[in-house]
Amino acid sequence: MTEVSSQVLSDSQGTATVFAGDYLNKLSGERIERECRAKLNEGCREIIVDFSGTEIVNSIGISILMGVIDAASGIGARVVFAEPNKMTTELFDMLGLTRHVEIRA
Amino acid sequence: MKLQDMRSTNFSRFAAERNKLVHTFGALAEIGQEVSNKHNFQETIRTSLHLVLGSLGIMRGGVVRYTRFENELNMVSARGLGDDFPFGMSLCYEDERQFLANGLYPIECDQARVLPFFQVYDRSIGQAKIELFVPLVVRDELLGGIFLGEKASGEQYTSYDKEIICAMGRHIAVAISQRNLMAELERRADENRRLYDDLKMTYKDTVKAFAAAIDRKDKYTEGHSVRVGKYSEIIARELGWGEEEIEGAAFAGYLHDIGKITVERKIINAPYRINAKESSELNKHPGAGFEILQPIRHPYAGVPLAAKYHHERLDGRGYPDGLYDREIPYIAKVVNLADAFDAMTSDRPYRRRRSAPEVFEDLQRNTGKQFAPELVTALLRGMMKELSGESKDKTFRKMLGREYMESEGLMPIVRTALNGLAPTSPLTFVAYK
Repeated sequence: MTEVSSQVLSDSQGTATVFAGDYLNKLSGERIERECRAKLNEGCREIIVDFSGTEIVNSIGISILMGVIDAASGIGARVVFAEPNKMTTELFDMLGLTRHVEIRA
Repeated sequence: MKLQDMRSTNFSRFAAERNKLVHTFGALAEIGQEVSNKHNFQETIRTSLHLVLGSLGIMRGGVVRYTRFENELNMVSARGLGDDFPFGMSLCYEDERQFLANGLYPIECDQARVLPFFQVYDRSIGQAKIELFVPLVVRDELLGGIFLGEKASGEQYTSYDKEIICAMGRHIAVAISQRNLMAELERRADENRRLYDDLKMTYKDTVKAFAAAIDRKDKYTEGHSVRVGKYSEIIARELGWGEEEIEGAAFAGYLHDIGKITVERKIINAPYRINAKESSELNKHPGAGFEILQPIRHPYAGVPLAAKYHHERLDGRGYPDGLYDREIPYIAKVVNLADAFDAMTSDRPYRRRRSAPEVFEDLQRNTGKQFAPELVTALLRGMMKELSGESKDKTFRKMLGREYMESEGLMPIVRTALNGLAPTSPLTFVAYK
């Protein structure tokens, strides 16, 4: 398993990129949610969650991502899910998350 | 539509259904595992809520626990409900509570406004966009509920979704039920502990009353039982015993002479050295004490044995059974020393108490014959601590009097006596008779 990334990249346009790691579960998910909320509080208005290295997202991961979406929409920020694999994209689609975020291949 | 297109559409739908099943059953399995693991209750509920929301893509929700005494639903874990959502919600009406306890099935909040609960909290429920409330019930008992908001897909909840929610709700209800049982057990354990403490207090008061009654019978040795209890306590503490055992030693001391209540007052109070017949009568008091104390369930072990054997000696010349060193119960040896020390340091009708040098010479002379050396050391060490100020305890001063404790040369006498004692009983390895 690769290290669950807590790396956050920010640019001057108020965009933060958070890496989801290879398995988005409770442990990694809660860390990601904390980072996203911190970035939103700092003024970021676009959160990019990078799924390029993500193989699996479980139910807890979904719940946490919905928390991020909810927090972002509450302050008018947008969330982008970048490079999710096919299975993850289908899961997001099936559960309706794609209605709230932009999927960037 | 061509047959090939229809097949392709059906296949896609089938694949989507299969993925949904895999996802929700994965969550169902995880929630079962979560509840059966011995995690912290709060954490279990938090994770379970994540699983419910994540399995069906529900934007927000909360799990509440019902408290019978306050008739309230209290929030255990919430996600996305906002700070204004009430932490505690009253369920005022019995018929409403009974209605909710009827079974575990999702109630659509829109259609539930006939119930007072949904009327009272309509604004909060509406603001948080709550669509479903699922009562959590185990064996017809309402344990809590789950509030669920809208689905991320914007779709209505299907009957399939509701079945999944119910299945997960059952697990959460079990977790709450287990927590309630644990809380009940803890409450009962606390209650038992309190009852036990009360009982012990009653026992202590009764024992002290008995000790006072014994001492009242013997006007010349007033306070003897209490003093023996105190000295026994000091010896036990110096031996490094635990608090319970120290208390036990004190109570064994308080009650050691209880058998004297069966001895004629004129013998006990005789202002002269009693004759052989009277002495034989008096010597029955350890056995009588044992008979009195044995049927009682004491919170401390050894109290009846201390009464029976507190006149035994290590060299086998004691009574009633003439036991040798290791045959004598240890608590009886403690009380024996405390008893003898008090006898030596108290006035009797036919003699004055002995001076400190005489007392410590007697203790040294009889160490290994009547008294166990480590016990004499413990008693002297306790006294030394008080004399040197190392201990703030003033028991010896209270028992012996200021004059005795401040008599010149007491400290060097005690120190010399302490230094002259062998660490263990010389009779410990002597064969029994």
